[in-house]
Amino acid sequence: MPATILQTNDQPLQTVAVEGVTVDIIENALRNAREEMDAVLFRTAMSPGIREQGDCFPMIANVEGKMVVGQFGSFIGPFLEVFDGEIEEGDMILTNDPYMCNAAVSHLPDWLVLKPVFKNGRHIAWTAMFGHMSDNGGMVPGSIPIEATTIYQEGIRIPPIKLYKKGELQADVLELILHNVRTQQWNRFDLNALVAACNTAARRVLELTERFSDDVLHTTMGIMLDRNKAAMTAIINMVVPEEPRYFEDYICDDGMGMGPYKIACKMWREGDKAIFDFEGTDPQAQSSVNFFLNEDMFKMFFGSFTINVVDPQIVFNDGFYDLVDVRIPAGTLLKPNFPAALSGRTHALGRIFDVLGALLGMGAPEQMLNAAGFSDSPHLFYSGYDQQGEWFQLFQIGFGGIPGRPVGDGPDGHSLWPGFTNVPNEFIESYFPLRIERYETIPDSGGAGLHRGGNGLSVAYRFLCDGEIGIHDERWLTYPWGVLGGETGMRSTKRLVRVDGSEEWLPAKVEGIKVKTGDLLYFNTWGGGGWGDPYARDPELVRADVERKLVTAEGARRYGVVIASDGSVDMAATESLRAELVAQRGEDLPTFNFGGDVESLRQRCEAETHMPAPVKPTFQKAR
Amino acid sequence: MSYRLGVDVGGTFTDLLLINEESGTTHTAKVPSTPEDSSIGVLNGIARICDESGINPAQVHRVMHGTTVATNAVLTGRGARVGLVTTAGYEHTLQVARSFCPGGLGGWVSFVKKPLLAPLELTIGASERIGADGKVVTELDEQQLRADLESLRARGGIEALTICFINAYINGEHERRAARIAGEIFGEVPISISSDVVPEMQEYERTETTVVNSYVRPEVAKYVHNLQQSLAEQLGPETQLSILRSDGGLASGRAASDSPVNLLMSGPAGGVAGAMYFCSRAGFNDILTFDMGGTSTDVALIQNGRARVRRETFVGDVKVRAPSVDVRTVGAGGGSIAFVPELTRALRVGPESAGAVPGPACYMKGGEEPTVCDANVVLGYLPSDVQLGGAMEINRDAAVAAVQKTADAMGIELEDAAEGIIKVVNEAMFGALRLVSVEQGYDPRDFALVGFGGAGPLHANALGILTDAWPVIVPPGPGVLCAYGDATTQVRDEATRTYITMAEDISTEQLLQDLLELQSRAGESLVADGIATDEHEVTFQADLRYAGQAFQITVEFTEDELRERGIARLTDEFDAEHEQLFTFKLGDGHEILMIRAVVKARARALAELTMGQAGTSLDDCKLHDTRFYYEGSYHDAIIYDRNKLHEGLEVPGPAIVSEMDSTTVVLPGHRARVDAVGNLLIEPAA
Repeated sequence: MPATILQTNDQPLQTVAVEGVTVDIIENALRNAREEMDAVLFRTAMSPGIREQGDCFPMIANVEGKMVVGQFGSFIGPFLEVFDGEIEEGDMILTNDPYMCNAAVSHLPDWLVLKPVFKNGRHIAWTAMFGHMSDNGGMVPGSIPIEATTIYQEGIRIPPIKLYKKGELQADVLELILHNVRTQQWNRFDLNALVAACNTAARRVLELTERFSDDVLHTTMGIMLDRNKAAMTAIINMVVPEEPRYFEDYICDDGMGMGPYKIACKMWREGDKAIFDFEGTDPQAQSSVNFFLNEDMFKMFFGSFTINVVDPQIVFNDGFYDLVDVRIPAGTLLKPNFPAALSGRTHALGRIFDVLGALLGMGAPEQMLNAAGFSDSPHLFYSGYDQQGEWFQLFQIGFGGIPGRPVGDGPDGHSLWPGFTNVPNEFIESYFPLRIERYETIPDSGGAGLHRGGNGLSVAYRFLCDGEIGIHDERWLTYPWGVLGGETGMRSTKRLVRVDGSEEWLPAKVEGIKVKTGDLLYFNTWGGGGWGDPYARDPELVRADVERKLVTAEGARRYGVVIASDGSVDMAATESLRAELVAQRGEDLPTFNFGGDVESLRQRCEAETHMPAPVKPTFQKAR
Repeated sequence: MSYRLGVDVGGTFTDLLLINEESGTTHTAKVPSTPEDSSIGVLNGIARICDESGINPAQVHRVMHGTTVATNAVLTGRGARVGLVTTAGYEHTLQVARSFCPGGLGGWVSFVKKPLLAPLELTIGASERIGADGKVVTELDEQQLRADLESLRARGGIEALTICFINAYINGEHERRAARIAGEIFGEVPISISSDVVPEMQEYERTETTVVNSYVRPEVAKYVHNLQQSLAEQLGPETQLSILRSDGGLASGRAASDSPVNLLMSGPAGGVAGAMYFCSRAGFNDILTFDMGGTSTDVALIQNGRARVRRETFVGDVKVRAPSVDVRTVGAGGGSIAFVPELTRALRVGPESAGAVPGPACYMKGGEEPTVCDANVVLGYLPSDVQLGGAMEINRDAAVAAVQKTADAMGIELEDAAEGIIKVVNEAMFGALRLVSVEQGYDPRDFALVGFGGAGPLHANALGILTDAWPVIVPPGPGVLCAYGDATTQVRDEATRTYITMAEDISTEQLLQDLLELQSRAGESLVADGIATDEHEVTFQADLRYAGQAFQITVEFTEDELRERGIARLTDEFDAEHEQLFTFKLGDGHEILMIRAVVKARARALAELTMGQAGTSLDDCKLHDTRFYYEGSYHDAIIYDRNKLHEGLEVPGPAIVSEMDSTTVVLPGHRARVDAVGNLLIEPAA
């Protein structure tokens, strides 16, 4: 039963003539409104995850639920199909259950608020936003339990419900939900902030109708969607070949001893239509690393990566969805069957970008192919009771090396996620019982190349209270790949130095590790892959990187560059070393350098990573 | 007779304004700026203005100055070679920054990071550590630091040194010790330490701010020194030089040289101050300002006669923690270029600008792309058929040829394309005005709108219609308003400290004691510049938030208010403002993040001046007949001479009011009158 929208005014919105300049004006105004949603959220949210790191996604959609401005695409259509009830003015819907909204949100910690916008009793638009809550209850602090095998272990599931009914907060429901989470105050504030952001955007939409009329706004939203469709038609014809193109990549393990898991995708074009087929992707995992991928969201990823080429100022939206066909087989890592666990989906989400980037870039690698580096979004959880007996719970997102790109070197220790920033260490130190003793990039961790991959970060956390940590990390076994002759980037590692001096290497996905006051964790993130022939890099650039301690003198040899003891380039030695290395390697540069196939990685695993190799996944029939 | 001189050094022109402190009589001059050494342009201007007005230079006792020297050093990347000392393990603080890649999903693909203002090869780490509670965790290893500084100096060429240690905002002892050692080694090289420049939490922002201070310091110091010396020669040794700070206060030359990071918004702050000066005297204390120049437009909101000051300053890509008048900038100005992307056929205006070279097409300096200025010419808002006093010659044919390109790309008529360009650029400015008003919880209809800058008066009426902020005010001399601002502001300094204390945990007495200590620190520089404490006007500020929030609101109060109402004076106002901004408040859990004392020199009033020629009729003020295009058709209009307009006259739209440095458009259905201080007030005619 699809949702019924109750209107006291059923007069349909009309399509009217709108002059081009008005469209441009409304486009700008809607863009401003969307930015204002972020601003309102950042200012009023309370958890460091949302306000400092920006882990949130706003949207304004037309009356049919198509996203006109936003980021990750619309989910309103699928949601309306499954929401069995009436929606009326003043209602606000809350949900966090991927299985109830066709994966509009992809794990339970993302709480989604949706508001229908009414004017004079008539439904005219939607506003929505979701944000990552600090906690959602369940097995572990932070609610991303690695070892969960069903979604029931991942905390409270909120089906689409009315948080506000005709403008009135459903306080009982809210209290019931908040009763189930560890960080009540943060969630309360963050949710409040999501509501405020949606209300603000709704107010802006109403102001636009007052300025231009309901019909003009409605028509303009349609035109904005058409503009995207026109632009994307051209782009699809430009970047998607009729001949199928295939790429596969892996997430290293599932945190329960099995891996790697394959993500396979084939891309081709039929007429104006782009097809992405994930046939060949491994079946769903036993643990929480599944990523329930919404097809529309994938279309959005595809569009965002390409549309900047033709009109960087365009307000990007859903208008082109009909032009893309995404096929994901059920029961796979990307479309697991209920009640598979989903919370650790960040790894496969990141990997999707590597796959997509490779597929699009392969056709014109010199102009469009980036190395791998959208590989990872490491998390650290640290929780316990501080000296005053107060509960603390830290959730940190880590950053690594941006890959080498056609445009140049990858920045060191930067974010691939839109809008994300790191949390200032002084902030963390003053609110959590730990000290960050070092925060620096790892020399030589970026893959060598004509354009160097960005370095990963080494962050040294000194724990000042007994507690428990959890780690979610990737690219510890498979490499951030290099392209066009570029080398792989360095893989991630975690080393725990106990206060008694003993040391241990920690797995990439682990939880419930007890730490003592004085223990020191080195959290080392991945380096970006290199782009292009490292032996063609200007030796002067290599020298400057050595002087800046981003590359070591030894590491300079990966570029065939010999640094003399006074720090200058030894040109003669460099030339002969390069000649030697080129002779060894040959002139043909591989498009991709994966650092070996999965089997050889597994064989070298223990020796290189200090971790036992994960076993090849065995799949049980789900359900 | 005693005169004061306001000087605004802009990118293209240096504007000067000489005010007779007793009579209020003014003289203005505009001379080309001399970017290689701005002080030359200033001195040329002084010579010109004294010559033209017949005033003896020795009678000019105060020179008040807004400058973009610091800004330009940052924008052009021509600052000092800066060395940096961090806590060991934090040498990459600037390299990693906040890890942010702009541009949304996939933005990282094209993001190119700018070179660091303190390069890594000139960065060293010191073995030391202060904890988050301010206690020493690891003592500063002075011996090692000395050795490392020696080898840093041996690298040669360091022109300014920065020291920024972790948690130094709460305990600056190690930084001070390191600075003493560095001073012994580096001699004359200026040293900036973060606990002095910006004792605030957040290591990246504090490091960047202190580094920017170092980066512009030698340039600013040299400039101020040269200027001071030349002023002394030309005007006499008693002449006092003050420089406008980003926050709208004035600093002495000495203070400006030590903390030049506080001058980055000196230019825009002058415009806001000038607008406030004219509007407050006309009885308008709640105003929105927009200062439209060639490449960008600055907007600000002023309430109760006070500009909002925010704790951050943006210059290009550089963002620093320094207080500045809350001016928002959009890349839309008279020189913004219009273009039509082929695939989407949308009309885009800016952020590319024709700049001064090649400039808009109508100026015939080689520009061929259609700009906002050309659209104004095509539509007749900038008349080409009259010679405007002193202004550059305008060629309408060249403007038409340029705008025709836009019309062809969109498949519409010339005038419609021109009007489209104007509307899109107006919308961009409207967006900026909304940012400072609606989005901060203010209704623009409660404000008057003030347009100035070279192009502001052309667009002011149209923006009045968009914002519904009436009247629209065009102050006298809109092109030299910054110089007015410079000449009419007060000396000001402040002292700040990070507090991070829950409001319920602190007594009123303790807070007051801490504030009074800051007050005496802030007052020191004024006393050093010869302003006695009984001339000081003191206000206190506290930055509050609900514990856990990232956002903070600054509350302003006085000593008396705090004594009378206690801490509730702060928390009540915070709650009220939070509710206005975000539609809710909590009522408890207030955290005081930062406290601050602001000390200003008491204002000295200037005499009033009447504008125009009393007794002239509207007809006497008429220059010319013309016509312009608006909302799809041509309207007959009259061009008036603003210098003759006086209080009591009313100009019916459609009309154009012309003066030496600017042109005001009065649209059909609107009227303009002149008020007692010479402002043009535009309102709907009905």
